[in-house]
Amino acid sequence: MSSDFFLPDPEGQVPSAEGYFGAFGGKFIPEALVAAVDEVAAEYEKAKADPAFAAELDDLLVNYTGRPSALTEVPRFAEQAGGARVFLKREDLNHTGSHKINNVLGQALLTRRMGKTRVIAETGAGQHGVATATACALFGLDCTIYMGEIDTKRQALNVARMRMLGAEVIAVKSGSRTLKDAINEAFRDWVANVDHTHYLFGTVAGPHPFPAMVRDFHRVIGVEARRQILQRAGRLPDAAVACVGGGSNAIGLFHAFLPDTGVRLIGCEPAGHGIETGEHAATLTAGEPGILHGSRSYVLQDEEGQITEPYSISAGLDYPGIGPEHAYLKDSGRGEYRAVTDDAAMQALRLLSQTEGIIPAIESAHALAGALEVGRELGPDGLIVVNLSGRGDKDMDTAARYFGLYDTDAAVEADTDTAGAEIEGDAK
Amino acid sequence: MSGNIQLLSDTLAAARAEGRSALIAYLPAGFPTVDGGIEAAKAVFDGGADIVEIGLPHSDPVLDGPVIQTADDIALRGGVKIADVLRTVREAHRATGKPVLVMTYWNPIDRYGIARFTAELAEAGGAGCILPDLPVQESATWREHAGKHGLATVFVVAPSSKDARLAEITAAGSGFVYAASLMGVTGTRESVGAQAQDLVRRTKATTGLPVCVGLGVSNAEQAAEVAQFADGVIVGSAFVKRLLASDGDLAAGLAGVRALAGELAEGVRKRS
Repeated sequence: MSSDFFLPDPEGQVPSAEGYFGAFGGKFIPEALVAAVDEVAAEYEKAKADPAFAAELDDLLVNYTGRPSALTEVPRFAEQAGGARVFLKREDLNHTGSHKINNVLGQALLTRRMGKTRVIAETGAGQHGVATATACALFGLDCTIYMGEIDTKRQALNVARMRMLGAEVIAVKSGSRTLKDAINEAFRDWVANVDHTHYLFGTVAGPHPFPAMVRDFHRVIGVEARRQILQRAGRLPDAAVACVGGGSNAIGLFHAFLPDTGVRLIGCEPAGHGIETGEHAATLTAGEPGILHGSRSYVLQDEEGQITEPYSISAGLDYPGIGPEHAYLKDSGRGEYRAVTDDAAMQALRLLSQTEGIIPAIESAHALAGALEVGRELGPDGLIVVNLSGRGDKDMDTAARYFGLYDTDAAVEADTDTAGAEIEGDAK
Repeated sequence: MSGNIQLLSDTLAAARAEGRSALIAYLPAGFPTVDGGIEAAKAVFDGGADIVEIGLPHSDPVLDGPVIQTADDIALRGGVKIADVLRTVREAHRATGKPVLVMTYWNPIDRYGIARFTAELAEAGGAGCILPDLPVQESATWREHAGKHGLATVFVVAPSSKDARLAEITAAGSGFVYAASLMGVTGTRESVGAQAQDLVRRTKATTGLPVCVGLGVSNAEQAAEVAQFADGVIVGSAFVKRLLASDGDLAAGLAGVRALAGELAEGVRKRS
């Protein structure tokens, strides 16, 4: 393959033909979706073998997205990381502001190859929704985005962006009204409209082939980062660190380093208010194997297989499942996963903003908080690459409330739609 | 103790011998309460249903429309457990002597344990299970245990299923085949898709199992239409709607589902 940016897994050892990464993965889908999912798998295999596909995707990734993304050293931030050297892989600088565009452009090309005219997608933080709406505008596809009602409020800026791009945004009011429920609703849409609709799944979860295909589209992150760090630091890093919700940016960074056994692969899960409070979304830390959204992986669930409601301050990580390849990396010991609280993530968000002039997404701030810990563990000789998966513009309302950044009047006004205000109202 | 797969097959054969389709009703366990759900199952049998499917409520009912989602929410908020689902099966069967199946998403069984669930369902007098998100390729362990306990494994086929795939599915299934009348989630529809008849024809070409049609059927007229070509007519959301509409008045809800079962039972007997 002569492509520079579309870099599917050259080893091809996992998943198996049935989509299994060890004990995880597979294809647990209703019969109505079997034909469509098989079509996606078959078309993806054809596309991988077609130089024209790679050439078109490469062109988009360079001239539309702006790849390769920069690798930025952050020495003032790293002073708080035990003196270790810290480099950020700047996926926040991609067009649309996150890593999500890598996968979206690949699947949009696939949608066109399959002759489908409509795309649906789920979104948590809105980054995948914005990227999908962007690609649909570019390719002239109809676009419907499902987003949990809670997330439409905390990520209102991205809702406006999606609508500006011409997408229909549907606020999902069922269940916990977050990412998992948006995925449920997208599956319901897909079952009913599968003849002309592609479900442009946004993470490395879901039924085979999505975990492997989405990984392949993001694999460029780690390939670039590996090359860049060798150039800049003269050696491989001690650790590659990324946040994990569904796990797409993390697998994108990790995958090229898998054969480098000296590089620790560290995923940072959302611990929310703390694992012990039960209010978290740390699936690998606190979940059990089960089936959610089409594959077997770790799942936050009760003893009867009901999915429990996750919590994170970060809409993009607020998900009770995890991609099956991460479950495999955890169980094999190749991946390490640790949990980062809301508070630690928000402190890291502010620290990077004020030491380096880079405002990260709250999702990515979980990886930054993890990197601070890892750096202190490694000491001054340490070398860390962190995936800065997205920029923080969308999170300014959450951050402003968290840190009290609004002028008083604005803060009062901004608080009127919170539950606290309703309780006050009831008391009157 | 063995499950009631034979009773299920005999019931479908008896309907066929009478020159009609069987009426199969779906009700979620624990809705509106566990005891209310048991009474509802008895009421639909009383009204004329031949077979009842008891739904195991799930937190993430991806294949269900808003009506059954609402019922599942109510049941789960009421604290329904798998033990309550099994009790519902037991009491509905014991009171009527008729076949009762469970319809469930796969994760609850995966978590509860296949061996434990099949043993307990058979012991409760269950006839089998409908597993709409367990694909046939992933079903070997389940089928081994279900077979050992005398339980039917009912697979769902869809209008999008290709002929070769239909053959693969029906070869693995038992009891009957659940043919989804249209591409979509559960819920009442204005009309039953024309795809249903074609799917039943293609499915029957692969198997001697009875083929029953579900999704979207809500009234006697539609039941009569489906009865022209299917061995059974499956109705779910329309029953749940009657219970929801009674707004907490259980007696009115039970009267509603009994009456609907009666109308549908007439429908499945109208073959031209």
